Amino acid sequence: MAQMTMIQAITDALRCELKDDENVLVFGEDVGVNGGVFRATEGLQKEFGEDRVFDTPLAESGIGGLTIGLALQGYRPVPEIQFFGFVYEVMDSISGQLARMRYRTGGALGAPVTIRSPFGGGVHTPEMHSDSLEGLVASQPGIKVVVPSTPYDAKGLLISSIRDNDPVVFLEHLKLYRSFREEVPEESYTIPLGKADVKREGTDLSIFAYGAMVHESLKAAEQLEKEEYSVEVVDLRTIQPLDIETIIASVEKTGRAVVVQEAQKQAGIAANVVSEITERAILSLEAPVLRVTAPDTIYPFPQAEAVWLPNAKDIVETAKKVLTF
Amino acid sequence: MASQKSKQFDPVANLHEIEEKFEMFQILNEEGEIVNTDADPKLSDDELVELMRRMVFTRILDQRSISLNRQGRLGFYAPTAGQEASQIASHYALEKEDYILPGYRDVPQIVWHGLPLSKAFLFSRGHFIGNQIPEGVNVLPPQIIIGAQYIQAAGVALGMQKRGKKAVAVTYTGDGGSSQGDFYEGINFAGAFRSPAIFIVQNNQFAISTPRELQTAAKTIAQKGISAGLPSILVDGMDPLAVYVATRDARERAVNGEGPSLIETMCYRYGPHTMAGDDPTRYRTSDTDSKWEKKDPIVRFRKYLEAKGLWNEEKEAEVIENAKEEIKAAVKEADAAPKQKVTELIRNMHDGDLPYNLQEQYEIFKEKESK
Repeated sequence: MAQMTMIQAITDALRCELKDDENVLVFGEDVGVNGGVFRATEGLQKEFGEDRVFDTPLAESGIGGLTIGLALQGYRPVPEIQFFGFVYEVMDSISGQLARMRYRTGGALGAPVTIRSPFGGGVHTPEMHSDSLEGLVASQPGIKVVVPSTPYDAKGLLISSIRDNDPVVFLEHLKLYRSFREEVPEESYTIPLGKADVKREGTDLSIFAYGAMVHESLKAAEQLEKEEYSVEVVDLRTIQPLDIETIIASVEKTGRAVVVQEAQKQAGIAANVVSEITERAILSLEAPVLRVTAPDTIYPFPQAEAVWLPNAKDIVETAKKVLTF
Repeated sequence: MASQKSKQFDPVANLHEIEEKFEMFQILNEEGEIVNTDADPKLSDDELVELMRRMVFTRILDQRSISLNRQGRLGFYAPTAGQEASQIASHYALEKEDYILPGYRDVPQIVWHGLPLSKAFLFSRGHFIGNQIPEGVNVLPPQIIIGAQYIQAAGVALGMQKRGKKAVAVTYTGDGGSSQGDFYEGINFAGAFRSPAIFIVQNNQFAISTPRELQTAAKTIAQKGISAGLPSILVDGMDPLAVYVATRDARERAVNGEGPSLIETMCYRYGPHTMAGDDPTRYRTSDTDSKWEKKDPIVRFRKYLEAKGLWNEEKEAEVIENAKEEIKAAVKEADAAPKQKVTELIRNMHDGDLPYNLQEQYEIFKEKESK
C-alpha cells in the first residue's frame, strides 16, 4: 500500500477506471497536458492518449452537453467542472437533462456519467470557487451526490461512481486535497454509494457531517472526550441518497444528534438529515437535533472566511447544548 | 494615424463584405422551375416522388394532429406546416446510422427516421412510452429546452468520431434558438473537435411572437457559423432541392472528416407556435402569411413533378388517403397504451436497486394503485 493524499487517490481511481474500461473518458478544462488545475488528472493524458483524456473549450454548458452526447454513444464520461462554483453554467445539463435521461425515456436510455468538481472553503480563493452548492444538485431527483472526506474513501467512492449506471456528482473538498496522507491500496476497490461510515464510535451523541466538516467534527469529538463525553462521528459520504439505516441506528444508540455542514443553514443537506431523524426516531431523542452550519450570507470574502466557516469549536458549543439539554 | 489604420483594415467594410456573401441558395423557384442547374441533385424519379410523398404525408399529419388536438385527443403539439422542405428534405439527405437530436417541432424528422408514429402521439399525450426509443432508431425524444440539443449534438458527434463511425449527428433549432448560449457552445465545440455534426437553424421568422430582427443584429444566422469556423450556408427553406443539397453536402464533408456545418433554412410556420393558446394574429399580418404561402414547398415541388409527368391529382389523393389510414391506425395504437403508473415512474428513476426514499414511496404508490 502507498501513502496518498486525496488528490493522488483521485488520480489513482481515474487511472484504474481508464485502464479497466475502454469506454471511460476523462475531459474538461485544462485536464490534458496540464493535468488539471489541481493535478487530479496528472499524467493521465500521457498514459492513455488524447482520445481518452482531453481538453475541451472553455464552456461548462458545452462540457455538459458533450457529456450527454458521449453517454448516448455508449461512453462512460467523467468530466471535470473546474470549480463547482461554476456549476450554474452547466445546471441545465445536470439537473435538467442528465437527471431525467433514464426517467423521460422510460428506461430506454441511461446516463452513466460522473461529474467531478472541487469545492469548499478555507483556501482563500476568489469568489465563486469555494461555495458549497451540493444542496442544489442533491435536491434534484435523479442525481446521486458523493462527498468523500479521506483519500481512501475518495478512491473507492470515485470508482463506484464511475461504474454506476446513473449520473453522479462527485465533489472534492479543496482543503482536503493535500491536507493529509493515508494508506490507499494501489489496486482497484469500491466503496458502495449510499453508505455512510462511522468514523468514530461513541454512545452519548451522534455527529453527522460530510466533507471537510468530518475532520472538524472529529476534532470536536476529541475535545468532548476530555470532558467525559463519548461522541460518535458519522461521515455521510453520500449525501444523496442518505444512508438512512446508519443514521437512524446511530441516533437510536446515542439519543442525541448534531448535524454539521459547511454550507449555509438554508442551503445544504443538514435540514434533510434532521427531518429524517425526527420522522423516524423521535422517540429515541433525548434532546432537539441541532445544526452547525455557516450563516445565510453569500460565501464570504477570503479575509472573513476563518470566522464564517463552521469549526470544531462551534461544534463543541452546539454539542454541549444538546448533551446538557 | 486612425485613418491610416482604417485603410489597412476596415472592420465595417469587412462585416458588410462577409454578410453580402450570404446570398440565399436556391435550386427550385416558387414556380417549380430549376433556376440553378449546376446544383440540381439529379435525384431519380423514384427519389423525387418519395420526397414528395413524405412532404404531403407530413402536411396531412400536421392537419390531423391539429384537429386531434382540438378534439382533446392529442396533448402538446407544435405545428409544422410550411416547414416541410426544411424538415423533410434535410432528413432525406441522411442515412439510418445518423443520429437526430430534435427540437419539439421536429417530430416529423424522427418519425421518418424510424420512431413509430404511435410513439410520437404518445409523446404528445404525455406518456413515457412515447419516449422509449426502440433499439436501432437513432434519435432522442424532442428537446424542450431551446438550444440544449445543440451542445448534446456536439457530444454525439464526438462519440461517433471516436467510434470511427461514418455517420453524423444532426440537430435542429429555430431563429430564436440561435440566440441561446448553447447554440454558440454547441457549434464551437463541434468545430474545435472537427466532429461530424450538422447544425440546422430553421429560421421560421418568429420565436413564438418575437420577430427575427429582434433576435440579432447579424444579417443572417448562417454567418454566425463562420465565427466558429464552420462552413455555413443560407438556404431557401421552402425549396426542398436546395435544403436537400445543402444537407447532403454537409453530411459528405462530415463523414469525410471535414468537420461540422451550419445550415440556415429560411422558412415560415403557417400555424401557431403551439396548440396551447398561441394566436399568431397578435404578432404577424395576413399579408405576411400570404407572401410566404406563395413560396410553399409542396406547391412548388408539385409543379416541378407535374411538369416532369411524375405527379398528378390522383397520386396525391392516394398519398393523402394512405396517410389518413396510417395516422388512424397509429392513434388507435396509442389509445391502447396502458395507463401510466407512478410505481413505473419511480422504477424508471434509477438503474438497479432503488434508494430508500424511492423504495418507500414505491411501496406507498403500489398500495394506492392496487385499490
